[in-house]
Formats: sequence, C-alpha cells, structure tokens
Amino acid sequence: MQELGMAEQGSIRVSRKDNNVVVIEKDLATEEMVLSMGPQHPSTHGVLKLECLTDGEVVTSAEPYLGYLHRCFEKHCEMVDYPGIVPYTDRMDYLAGMNNEWAYCIAVEKLLDIEIPRRVEFIRVIVSELNRIASHLVAIGTYAIDLGAFTPFLFCFRDREHILSLLEWASGARMLYNYIWIGGVAFDLPADFIKRVSEFVDYFRPKAVELCKLLTENEIFVKRTKGIGIMPPDVAINYGWSGPMLRGSGVQWDLRRNDPYSVYPELDFKVPVPDGRFSDIGDCLSRHIVRALEMEESLSIIEQCISKMPGSEGFNPRSAVPKRVRPKAGEVYGRAENPRGELGFYIQSDGKSTRPLRCKARSSCFVNLSAMKDLSRGQLIPDLVAIIGSIDIVLGEVDR
Amino acid sequence: MTFSAIPLISPPFLMGNNLNAWSEALAGLTISWFPLGLVIIAAIPLVFIALYALTYGVYGERKISAFMQDRLGPMEVGKWGILQTLADILKLLQKEDIVPTAADKFLFVIGPGILFVGSFLAFAVLPFGPAFIGADLNVGLFYAIGIVALEVVGILAAGWGSNNKWSLYGAVRSVAQIVSYEIPAAIALLCGAMMAGTLSMQQISVLQSGPYGFAHFFLFQSPIAWLPFLIYFIASLAETNRAPFDIPEAESELVAGYFTEYSGMKFAVIFLAEYGSMFMVSAIISIVFLGGWNSPLPNIGALALYDWTTGPVWGAFWIVSKGFFFIFVQMWLRWTLPRLRVDQLMYLCWKVLTPFAFVAFVLTAIWEIYVP
Repeated sequence: MQELGMAEQGSIRVSRKDNNVVVIEKDLATEEMVLSMGPQHPSTHGVLKLECLTDGEVVTSAEPYLGYLHRCFEKHCEMVDYPGIVPYTDRMDYLAGMNNEWAYCIAVEKLLDIEIPRRVEFIRVIVSELNRIASHLVAIGTYAIDLGAFTPFLFCFRDREHILSLLEWASGARMLYNYIWIGGVAFDLPADFIKRVSEFVDYFRPKAVELCKLLTENEIFVKRTKGIGIMPPDVAINYGWSGPMLRGSGVQWDLRRNDPYSVYPELDFKVPVPDGRFSDIGDCLSRHIVRALEMEESLSIIEQCISKMPGSEGFNPRSAVPKRVRPKAGEVYGRAENPRGELGFYIQSDGKSTRPLRCKARSSCFVNLSAMKDLSRGQLIPDLVAIIGSIDIVLGEVDR
Repeated sequence: MTFSAIPLISPPFLMGNNLNAWSEALAGLTISWFPLGLVIIAAIPLVFIALYALTYGVYGERKISAFMQDRLGPMEVGKWGILQTLADILKLLQKEDIVPTAADKFLFVIGPGILFVGSFLAFAVLPFGPAFIGADLNVGLFYAIGIVALEVVGILAAGWGSNNKWSLYGAVRSVAQIVSYEIPAAIALLCGAMMAGTLSMQQISVLQSGPYGFAHFFLFQSPIAWLPFLIYFIASLAETNRAPFDIPEAESELVAGYFTEYSGMKFAVIFLAEYGSMFMVSAIISIVFLGGWNSPLPNIGALALYDWTTGPVWGAFWIVSKGFFFIFVQMWLRWTLPRLRVDQLMYLCWKVLTPFAFVAFVLTAIWEIYVP
C-alpha cells in the first residue's frame, strides 16, 4: 500500500491506496462533526459552500453546494439577441473574459458559417493568450495564499496588472471586455499595442522564473501539495475533466491542439504535462506546475502571433460582423480551451428569431468541481483547502 | 571600566566616552534620595516596548511586508503613514464590544485578558541593562518559559468560549502546538543555562560581557551553541504562532482561528499580545545566546569600541535592537514562506527538533564538563 497524503492524527490513520481508495483506520470511534465551510470563507474562492463531515482534522466527506452566484445566464440568453449575449459571457468566468467571449463567438460563427479576417484571428489569439496568463496568475497567486504564502500572491497581481492595462487599452475595460464580437473584434489594436505586448513578454519571462523560485521550488510548498488530491487519468476522463486539471493527471489533451480552431494549427507550442519526476502525476503540485508552464507557452504563442500577424493596412475589425444575426434553424456546439478547461456553448436556433432558442454553457470548473467529493474524502482540512485551490474554480462560471 | 586608553585618540563628540560618561552620570543622578536617573533609564526600554507593541510592531510589519512585495504599505495617515496604527487603534476603540449570544461570556471576555497578561508578564525578568531589570529572580529563565505557557489557557478560553467550530479548531491546534514546542524550546534554553550555570537572566547577561564583545556571547563560546540557538528560534516561531507555523490562525483554513469571533478592542488586545510575545521571545533568545544588553563590538587595540558602547543607556539600546533584529527575521520569514500542515508541524517538533535538542543538550554538557 502506497501511503500518499498520509495523515496521522492520534488514533486515526489515513492512508491512500494506489487505486485512489482512502483507508481510514480508527482505534477509537469519535462523533463526526458537521463543518460548514463557506459560503463566507476565505479559501472557497467566492461563494462555494462545502459541507464537510469531519473527524478531528480529517474530512470524511465534503459535499459542494452551489448556486449562491446563480444569475440565470441561460435564461438571459433566451431574452437578448446574439451579439447581446457576449457581455454576459464576460461575467461568467470574470478572470478570463476574452476566452469566454471567444468560445461563444466560435459557436455562433459556426452556426452562421462566416469567414473571419486573418488579422482578427491573430488579435483574438493575442488577447486571449494574454488573458490566459492573467487568469493563471490569479490561480497561482490565490493558490499560494491558500497555502499561507502571501508574497507570491502580490507578485502575481503586480504582473497581472500589466496585462489588465494592456487589455484595457485595447478594449476599454479591465475585466469585462466585450471586445471579441461575432465575426470580428470591436476595435483594431491601438497603434503601439504590439510593441508594448512584446515589452511585456520580455518583462514577464524573468518574473515567471522568479515566481517559480519563490513558490514552486519552495520546500514547504512542495510538501503541502505533493501527493495530495491525486486524480488518476482514467477517473479524471470519466469525470469529464478538462484543461490544466486533466493535463495535471498526465493526459495530453488541449483543444487548441486536439480540436484546433482559429490559427492555432499554424502556431508551435507544447502541451505541458507532468512527467512524474518533480511531482506525483495527478496531484495538486502537478496541476500547479501545468499552469506555471502554460504561462510560458502562452508567452511563446504571443511572440509567434506578433511575428506572423498581417498588418493593419485597410483592415476593418468589423468587416465580417453581421448587421443582424439571424442564423438558420439548427443547433451547434462550439468549444474553446479556456484557462480552466473546455468551455463549450450549445446553441439552438429556430431560424426565425434573432435570439437563441436555447443556449447552454458547458462550464469547465463546474465539471472539474464535481470530483470534489471523491478528492476530499479522508483528507485533512488543510489538504482540503489545497485541493480546492488546485481546482481553480471561478464561482461566476460554476453557478452562471 | 577603563578610560585610560581613550585619550590616546580623540573620538568625535557623542561617540565613545562622552556618551559613556553621560550615561554613567545619568545613572548616578539622584535628587536628594530619589534615583531620578535610574528611573529615566528604566523608562527608556519601557517606552520603546510600549511604542513598539502598541504601534510600531504592526506598522513595521505592514511596511516590511510592503517593501518585500513591491508595494508602499500605509502611506496616508501622517508622513509615510506612521500614524496609521494609532488611527487603527482609535477606530478599534470606537467599535461596539460584541459578545456573540451563543458564546460563553465569561470565557470569551477573560480569554484575551489572559493572553495579554501572559505575554507581558515575562517582561518582568528581561534585563534591559546592567542596572535595570524588573525582578531579578534566581529562576528567571524558568519563570519566562513557564509564564509563556499561560497563553495556552487564554487561547483555549477564547477558542472554546467563542462557540464557533473554526475557533475551536484554532484553539485546539494552538494548544497542541504550543505545548509541544515548549519541549524543544525549553531544552534549547537549558543549554544556554548550562553554559551560564545559572537561571537568573541578569547573571546570564553578566556572564557574557567582556572586552571582546560578541566573542563572549554564548553563541560563539562553544562550537555547538548554534544548534540550541537555531532550535530555540524555530520553536519560538511556533510558540508565538508566527509563520510558517501560524496554523492556529491560518486565515485561509480556519478563517482567523481562535479569534474569529473577536472584534473591537478585544481583537486589538489579542493583537498586542501577539506582538508582545514576539518581542519577548526575541529578547529571550538575545539574552541567552547573544549577550542581552552587552555590546557586540570588540575592543580593537586603542579603538575601545566595547568600552565606548557599554553603559546603562547603551544596554537598553543593544537589547532593544537585538530584539528588533529577531522580530525583523520573524517578519521576513512570515512574508516568504507558505504554511506547514498540522501533522508536518508535529513531525517537525517531535521527530526533528526534540531529538536534536537532546543531542544539543548532551553535547553542551560534555563541552561544559571537559572543555574549560
């Protein structure tokens, strides 16, 4: 029996077998206590509520309760026309607004079957990769704060600030952009934007290394995350995990590579998966490392886009934007790789209306969170915090 | 004290024997029978500590963390925000004094009081200079170790009395942690006591004075003294619930640990107690291993740095600055390291620090017996 995530608490011994079965041995039976973690709790990243049954410090079961941030996204979609939905998608995963808009636009563009100008595609890749870095910075920073390290959090937010200023310059908003429109983007990039982005790339490369030295290679951090919350790849696939969570389990699955969209087939980037040397595959540390490595990949994608991007002469960002979106009757499922995994939109059109008949969002963190009960069984409370942090949920997207 | 060598060179004013003579004169100043000079000297460290504990501990922590994190920290109230903590305390004073309805009122109220008293009682035996010590007990070190344990009672009262599950978790963790870490801490301090041959704090300091400054400190007196020094420093972090051992108040796990339900002035009192005990453990480690109020500067030939920097006022200066140095190290660690898990903390205590403390104890004993 491999002892992973081992915890010894007096008469209670918690150990983990290879097949992810948790064994709790007790010499002495004690009464279990119901501990309500959240919705007002610092490490639930918003308003998640976990109802835990605890035996001392050991969590015997944790059930997530959702819906505190439910804002009827799908019902709203049936009330507004297609372009009007874009700002609502920003408010789902508010840390990665660009990526959300893009996933929605991919779905509608598939339904409308329109050709997108090449420069628009590059602009979309640049802004959404920037947004991916910003989102991973928040994920890493808040993960550090969950584990008690405050300084990496502020370092992350300092660097994220540069990205937010760049995106604000392009779109006029810091988080809720409404920048990617159906068939185009709202505005062309500002004159010196590309220069400033490459300056940022040069600035951020050493900072990412510094962050790795400060946090990822920290002995205490590794002790807190290595071997905790292990998710085997087959179970992860059965749960429908995606994004860094699935890649953390060692599955090389990235929609940018496996179901390519936009100009990603032209770009050269790696899909980082843990190799099991530094971390146990599928544990919290693997998921953290995947995010850290993905930031580097995003930087190289941005650099490639800058060199390959067509010029702005005679470019109209709204040339392919339809005046009135009224798709023919049918249904479509469009998906894109969000920082948190696969974000998909299923849209049904009746062919008569300018509003969708039905719009369903497949939220990545909602699906990732569904494994919480399995992951948390038999963990200590501090490990539970580490696991929630590694899932990197945004409650705006979980509850929609 | 010899002044004979000094006239050979002429030190600048207010450095060397001028200040020395001045502080000696101040110590001897009496108006009829009242030793005014001694009272003034005694007041200096007290004022420092009060200022530190009440305002500048918190301010320093915020500023130091800000500089480590590329921020400015408090900047608005006063120049560079130096009045920020005063403003915070005024705000806390105005807060409604809330006792939760389901709480055990007696325990809830008495908890912060015990904590505060426990952390400041140990100041009685801290020598702030050759002339000044609150109570020169012959078991001073023992008293200091023992009185810290009183904090456990306050924490348990606060955590249990709050009637909150998170508070209870914090309190239970804290009690387990403090009680466990007292063992390596006490053994490490015993090594210092063995080297001194006394438990009196003042005597321990006196034994470390000499013309070669830092070379007389116990840390440099034996080749193994760094081991108990290190063990006590780590254990003292755990005893004062500082990072990376701030598990009892782990804000991301237990909301705020045992003081989750506290607000207003009771919260402020808990905070003051925390900063008080931070200074207390820093002072104890300076006294036992780093010479307390002794100047670390050695006499180099005619350059009698030690003689010039020794005296009642200098004594207070040295111990306060040594204490502040260790507080700075504590803050530095806090803003760099993540937090350990409970079982890792206990592992560190029982399987690493305690055995090594025993090893240090035996080695120190051997050194003291066989090496003159």
